[in-house]
Formats: sequence, structure tokens, C-alpha cells
Amino acid sequence: MTHLLEVQDLVTKFYTEDGVVHAVNGVSYTLDEGEALGIVGESGSGKSVGVLSVMGLIPSPPGKVVGGTAKLNGRDLLQLSKKELQNIRGNEVAMIFQDPMTSLNPVLTIGKQLTEAVKLHLGLNSEEANKRAAEMMDLVGLPDAANRLSDYPHQFSGGQRQRIMIAMGLSCDPSVLIADEPTTALDVTIQAQIVELVKGLQEKLGMALIWITHDLALVAGMVDKVAVMYGGLIVEYAPVGSLYKQPHHPYTLGLLHAMPKINAKDQTRLASIEGMPPDLRKEPTHCPFAPRCPYDIDKCWQENPSLIATGPNRYSACWRWEDIKKEKTFGGAE
Amino acid sequence: MSDITKREVLIEVKDLKKHFPIMRGIFRKQVGAVRAVDGVSFNIHKGETLGLVGESGCGKSTTGRTILQLLEPTEGTVRFKGTDLTSLNSTELRKARRHMQMVFQDPYASLNPRMTVGSIVSEPLEVHNIGNKQERKEKVKDLLQLVGLNPYFVNRYPHEFSGGQRQRIGVARALATNPDFIVADEPISALDVSIQAQVVNLMDDLKSELGLTYLFIAHDLSMVRYISDRVAVMYLGKIVELSEKDNLYDHPLHPYTQALLSAIPLPDPEKEATRQRIVLEGSVPNPANPPSGCRFHTRCAYTTDICKKDDPEFRDMGTKGTPHWVACHHAEQFE
Repeated sequence: MTHLLEVQDLVTKFYTEDGVVHAVNGVSYTLDEGEALGIVGESGSGKSVGVLSVMGLIPSPPGKVVGGTAKLNGRDLLQLSKKELQNIRGNEVAMIFQDPMTSLNPVLTIGKQLTEAVKLHLGLNSEEANKRAAEMMDLVGLPDAANRLSDYPHQFSGGQRQRIMIAMGLSCDPSVLIADEPTTALDVTIQAQIVELVKGLQEKLGMALIWITHDLALVAGMVDKVAVMYGGLIVEYAPVGSLYKQPHHPYTLGLLHAMPKINAKDQTRLASIEGMPPDLRKEPTHCPFAPRCPYDIDKCWQENPSLIATGPNRYSACWRWEDIKKEKTFGGAE
Repeated sequence: MSDITKREVLIEVKDLKKHFPIMRGIFRKQVGAVRAVDGVSFNIHKGETLGLVGESGCGKSTTGRTILQLLEPTEGTVRFKGTDLTSLNSTELRKARRHMQMVFQDPYASLNPRMTVGSIVSEPLEVHNIGNKQERKEKVKDLLQLVGLNPYFVNRYPHEFSGGQRQRIGVARALATNPDFIVADEPISALDVSIQAQVVNLMDDLKSELGLTYLFIAHDLSMVRYISDRVAVMYLGKIVELSEKDNLYDHPLHPYTQALLSAIPLPDPEKEATRQRIVLEGSVPNPANPPSGCRFHTRCAYTTDICKKDDPEFRDMGTKGTPHWVACHHAEQFE
């Protein structure tokens, strides 16, 4: 079966003055049409760099995609020229970013910014493009769309700006939408608005979605499968239903235990994950999580396990996944 | 936990207001005011953690800073152990500050990059003339140990530490003068999930070990429930609901609290699939020109005429000896 997007063994490094930063160390995942994938990880886990590498958006130098393939409809994106990539970005694959304040140009009207992509990719004239822009603003729930095209970004609130970013992303009917922490800068009630909006649009337009976040809880209700990243690697990859119920990797387990439960009375002490995230300047030779892992054995320090099949469509990069599987989780929200 | 409200009151905040003037023109004439905090009243009891939650711009940080007199209140009083802090002159205030400290949100911005950890932590001791040089040195080592850092780190600079470690330094600095009361202004918001739990556990341990009282300001409602005894919810400069935490989270009486709680994602796909989410329309109004009557009426699903006209009274609707303060005309229907 061919996938819409198939990323295999992706390796990205940054060659800095302080040495080589091993940001992404062999990441593989697939995405089918209409499917939603959540990529979860903390800062420095490589979750954003992995996706930016696929899109050819890594600043180079210092960054460099050193290995791997990323096939979109069978075409390897990593081999394409700049020009060819430009045709794909914004057209077949759209991205929305974390900070809607800095991703919009403050000196251009939003009408101008919204019509740029459709003029370029779909070859529409100004009148058609304006019509399309107004339609898109309607679609993302911005009231009085046609009259607000001549407004500037500062005249909109944070949540509205993120809606504009989404409208921009969707204006060329992409088959994949990549959302890189689009709600991190927003308040919870606005975050809920944006999540509902994207979920609805994904269903309505039938596009595939990659949602990158540091919040394990946020993607629980919106994706089909989850990739948990740590130290530049996917450490667990599983369908959303089974991941939260029964993690097969100690990092996922630790994250779930470290989150306070909103519905629980008399909570026991939070189980923190001791230690710090790995220093990515050191070439990984052992399991990146071993220094913080309460389950580590000698083997973890000698050899890093690649993803091991642990169940239907489930993978974990842990030698002791069978022991982890037996651990009690606090059962999601309880 | 309702016994906590029977304890001695440490902080008494009454009708506290902080308005920031808006100036225009070459003569800097005042044309209006941002009403960041617009009449809040609450008590914090000794040994209690009061959680203060709300969205950005609701005035929660300004409230914290105004209580500590880092910002001069426009109106209202703040009593600390019975003394009105707003009436003190600068010398008296400086003396009083020894007993109240603050932990800031951003561990990258709140530590001077040119000072060593030792001098950062001992600065409050020098300011308040506590101990001689040797005693201070010892105290700094003790403090670092207390917050889980290696005492040999005294000569290192902040950039050599991770975010979680820096926040520990911030906590050590706050504890240097043996304060009774600490305002923690989003102390974990800038940290990764696995590190957040470390810092929260530390603060919890220190509270019981040193008998501290916290005002814990945050926007993460699940963390606030975990660490607090009572929780206050703020919206646009006012407290809309205040109660013992389980009471507030299980039976919220204000539509805004209900919406906030329902906006939190749960780490459980099954629950998420069946959950009815209250999604608020629009965003928070401008605090320079707040809506008439109840400030939440522009986004509330239960708005009636009275909400547009009259500002609801902040009243106690608690039962069984557990106070439950709420500012909503229609709170009865949510009981």
C-alpha cells in the first residue's frame, strides 16, 4: 500500500560552532489520505526540525538533512530542487506555525497575504483571488470577511490571527496540513476554538493532518495515531486509542504520570521524570532516555533499540517494553 | 479542607484596584485607564496555597505584584499580618518585604546573566543586612541544597543551567530571607512537562517543610488543582469565582469557570470523543473599556437583560460550611 506521505530514516544535523547537534536521528512515519498524526515531544526532541526538514525549511547552513527519504505521493521531497519544493509548499502541503504574531507580515493587509498563495499556485486574477480569500475567511469563522480584507494583522486578536493563518494554509486545498504548535501561544479557551475549527475543517475537506505539540493531552481527541519523540527519535508510535491506555515506552508512561489529573480528588504526589533532556551535541550511542529511565538495564546503555513492533500498528523503542506494558497507568483522565 | 479557612489570616486583600493610565498627546494628558485589576477582595490563610487562574490579560499577575507593592495600588488595602502595606513608607515597606517574596515566570529573564548563582541567591541577604559574609556563604549553600542543587554550583553563571534548574535558583533566592509568603507568578509555564512536575513537587515539599503560604498564579488549571487548597478564577480584572478546589472544579457555579474547565484537553481519547465542550465565542474584551454590567456577558451563553445592566454581586453560595463565592446573577441554576 502506498502512503500519501512516507518519511523514512530521516537524519538532520546542525553544524554549529559548538559542534554537531544531532537534532533528528532516524525518524520514520507514514501518513495516509485524510489521516491525522500527532507528533508529541518536549523542546529539543526534534519534533519541529523533523517536519521542517521534510519541507525543506531547515536553514542551511548550519542545518543539513544528512539522510533518509520523504516521499509525498511517491516523489522524494528531499531530492527536489528549490523551485519544485516551492510549488509543493503552500499548494500540496500547507503549514501553520506557533506564533501567529510573527508569521504574518505586519505591514501588508491580510487580503494581500491571503491572496498571495492562490495567485501564485492557482493562477487566479485579483478579483477571483479576493473572492477566494473572503470565502476562506468565512470558512475559518471570521465574521464580516469581505470587509476586513483591507485590515492589517494588528487589528486582529491572537486567536483571529491564527484563524487567518489557517485560512492562508487551506486556500490552495492542500492534501496535507502541518500544524506546528499552533495553539501554544494562545489561551485555553481560544485553543479550544482553534482545535474545534481544525478538526471540523479536516473532516470537511478530507485532508491529512500532522499536529505537532508538547501537550500529550491536546492531541488525544483529535488524531488517529501518535508519535512520541525524545532526543531526536520516535520512541513510541501507536494508534491514539491504545497509547493512552497502555504506553509501551517508559517516557510516555512518565509523561502521563507527570501530568496532574483535572478530574481527580486527593491526588497522590506527581511522579516527575528526574534529570534533564539529553545533550544533543553528543552522538547518541545508547537509548537517549536511559539516563532518566527507572527501568534501565545494561543493554540500554550498550545498544539503542530501534522501533520494535509491540502490537497491532504499535511500535516502541524500548528493550523492556513488555515490562512497561504491565505497569499500571492512571487510566487517562481518572 | 474547609478547615484551612478557619486558620489565621495572613493576607487580607480588600477592594484592590490597579488602573494604568493611558496618556495621549504632547502634554501627556490622561485619556483613559486600563483597569487591570478592578476591585478584588480575598484572604489567604496561613499555610494555604491559593491558586489564581485566568487567561492572559485578566489581571492575575498585576494582582500578585500589587499585593507585594511592586506596583502601587490605585485603591484598596492589603493587610499582611494585620499591617496595611499600602500605608507604609518606603523604609517600613523595605523591612516588610523581607517576609514576602516572589518567584517569576521566565527563568531566563529573571536571573541576571552576569551574576553568579551565589551572588544571586545571597543578594536578598545583603539587601536586608542578614548575617556576615561567612554566614551568608553558608546560608547560600544550605539554600542550594534545599532546592536540590549542588552547593558547589555557587560560582557558576545562570547560562550553565537548564530551565528547571534556573527555576530552582529563583526559588532559592525567594527563600533566602525566610519569608512567610511567596507569590509564584506562573513559575512552571516556561518549563517542559517532565520538568514542571519536579518544580511543583519541590514547591510542595518546601511549603510543608518551612510552613510557607503561596499565592500560585497560573493558567494551567490542572496544575492549579493539584497544588492549591483554594482556587480563585479571574476574568477581566475581577474575581468571578472563589472556593475550595474540589468544590470549584466539580461544581463550578460561574459560566466562565465552566468554559475554562471544559476547554482543557484530557489525555484520554475515549472521553475526548464523547465530551461536550463549551466553546466560548470571541476573545477577552479590552480592559480599557470593559463591558457594562457583568463583564462576561458578551461571551456568556446565559446572558439576560440584568447581566447587561448590573454588575453581579460577589456572594457566598456555599453549603455545609464550605464557602463558595461567585459573581453571577444566574448562579442558582448551576447548583
